Amino acid sequence: MIRLIARPAPSRFWLWATPVLAVLATMVAGAVLFAALGTDPLEALKVIFWDPLLGANAGYFRGQLLIKAGPLMLIAAGLAVGFRAGIWNIGAEGQYIVGAICGAAVGLAVYPAESVLIFPAMVVAGALGGWAWGMIPALLKNRFGASEILVSLMLVYVAQNLLAWAAFGPLKNPAGFGFPGSRNLQQYPSAHNGELIAGSGLHWGGVAALAALVGTYVLMSRHIAGFRIQVAGDAPKAARFAGVAPARLVAFCLGLSGALAGLAGMFEVAGPSGQITDAFGAGYGFTAIIVAFLGRLNPIGILLAGLLMALTYIGGDMAQLMLRLPAAAIQVFQGMLLFFLLGFDLLTNYQVRFGGRVGA
Amino acid sequence: MNRRRFLTTTTMTATAMSLGLGKAAWAADPLKVAFMYVGPVGDMGWSFQHDQARLAVDAAFGEKVATSYVENVPEGPDAERVLTQMALAGNKLIFATSFGFMDAVMNVAAKFPDVRFEHATGYKRADNVATYDARFYEGRAVQGTIAGSMTKTNKIGYIGSFPIPEVVQGINAAFIHARKVNPNVEMKVVWAYSWFDPAKEADAATALIAEGVDVLMQHTDSTAPQAKAKDAGIISFGQASDMASFGPTPRVSSTIDNWAPYYVERVKAMLDGTWTSQGTWGGIGTGMVEIGVITDAVPADVKAEAEALIASIGAGTYHPFTGPLNKQDGSAWLAEGEVADDGVLSGMNFFVEGITAQMPQ
Repeated sequence: MIRLIARPAPSRFWLWATPVLAVLATMVAGAVLFAALGTDPLEALKVIFWDPLLGANAGYFRGQLLIKAGPLMLIAAGLAVGFRAGIWNIGAEGQYIVGAICGAAVGLAVYPAESVLIFPAMVVAGALGGWAWGMIPALLKNRFGASEILVSLMLVYVAQNLLAWAAFGPLKNPAGFGFPGSRNLQQYPSAHNGELIAGSGLHWGGVAALAALVGTYVLMSRHIAGFRIQVAGDAPKAARFAGVAPARLVAFCLGLSGALAGLAGMFEVAGPSGQITDAFGAGYGFTAIIVAFLGRLNPIGILLAGLLMALTYIGGDMAQLMLRLPAAAIQVFQGMLLFFLLGFDLLTNYQVRFGGRVGA
Repeated sequence: MNRRRFLTTTTMTATAMSLGLGKAAWAADPLKVAFMYVGPVGDMGWSFQHDQARLAVDAAFGEKVATSYVENVPEGPDAERVLTQMALAGNKLIFATSFGFMDAVMNVAAKFPDVRFEHATGYKRADNVATYDARFYEGRAVQGTIAGSMTKTNKIGYIGSFPIPEVVQGINAAFIHARKVNPNVEMKVVWAYSWFDPAKEADAATALIAEGVDVLMQHTDSTAPQAKAKDAGIISFGQASDMASFGPTPRVSSTIDNWAPYYVERVKAMLDGTWTSQGTWGGIGTGMVEIGVITDAVPADVKAEAEALIASIGAGTYHPFTGPLNKQDGSAWLAEGEVADDGVLSGMNFFVEGITAQMPQ
């Protein structure tokens, strides 16, 4: 028989081995899935994981990888800090949307003026917008004890309605023949968040993502605030004795993750997306939760997980196109990744013993 | 190496790569045609109909074309990447089938001057970008006629997707023709702010039914409203695809988007080398808008009236927007006998007189 024995402390080895194992298991299960759909499984895995990195036209796809991974990493960096403290911001998608609306609104308000100050002002507005949206669940939690999980999640739907209102109302392109959607910021030089090096896919959002990962790394490993966050998550009572003010911690974590999500939205709307439309929110805020956990709430892990997640999206589109795999198969494939990760996480906290009797 | 040369080389590599998959043969050298859908092909509505037309292209040209598609593509940067992937993979004709793909199409088309793009329901064109759209409002005129005759409560419910011209045209056309046969009719409008969201559409249907409507129209793509109409014992109309499985009631008729003739025609033009950029706006007359079978749940005289309307619109002798018509605020729009011009229709952002619902601003 198989028995599970709780480990005294989480295994360091399995902490890092489980994501790798989860990726491998996903590949194997994915191969079975693809084979069942009548596609050559090795060909499918090659198209998803190999071609975007090293196949034909990889030069284009590597840049796209960065464009897709940037917002995921930027949002996940902030979420990981809160998750460490046991503060669950599930509403990054809403903060991402509000950040984008605020950032775009500042740029569009001064259209068509040209100034080097416009883009920095948009950055500030985007961060503030996301921060403010994150502070709503923080305030409600601190004031009334409302669950930040539910409030932040519900605010995503509010943000989506706000987005539709902005796209159809105040931010609608006056030169758009009555069609919804804002002016395209890509055609407005002062507000455009273009590629920093042509063809590289790197825009200010990517730079901000790397900065956020470095920043949160320093915060968590070198700063007293990081220690407090860690303690609050591991042992809330001990944290209180150590003088951690829970209310301040809630405000800090939700504010930080909100601001970073808002920044991600702002860089996206000013860059790759270009427009505020009702369909602007494409789920980055939710996918970033997977990225944060896949990366073990650790900045380096998030960097790798963000790139991996982006790879499955881009490779997944390729597989649809080249191999005629249905989109649902790709989504199942992505879902399996989180499923296996959570499953294998058992090994971090438990030892598995085969056979034998319960010890004397 | 100049860019054009670079593109040809990479395109050839990509083609060679896909040929390695064993699906196509060198000798046939098929024209590669790709389709990008906003929803799942199984939505039984909008994207389903586009995919049916893709299959019609396969059937019509056989070995001469190789089609592929990517479904569920969000409108935004993902659309731009998928279009680029399609172009890099050697597709020479690409259909982008949602309004929100417009800017993505324009951006990618500028980078691939020798790839032709077809964008559904948009208004931006270039030398290698054509647009096409259907006069869905012609179908709405028929639905309005049936709805106005059959309602007992004099309340018609309309689930709108977004307050964009295409949808506003439909609401106006349905209302005008319902009023023609029933001067007491009222129209209730609920906005789902989605093209495909079964849960939201079901909620909208429930809300309308609670307000006492006994005819339901939808400009969204799922069959969820049909199921609600069935439960409530009221009548409804199929949208985008026939939704015949809900007949003979609640679904008493439907508007079917039939893209097949257009897709076949455009692919043929590519094969013949006669493709040019153009804006197409087809209707009942060209077959792009089809009216699904009117079931026996509709009284014979109403059915006859609807069929006469279909015939006159199809023959071009009657236009659903013919004066006298006023705007909602009472100001004059069309004089007696005057017909709306396409420019006004394609930017339509107002309701006609008599509709009490407010246009979201």
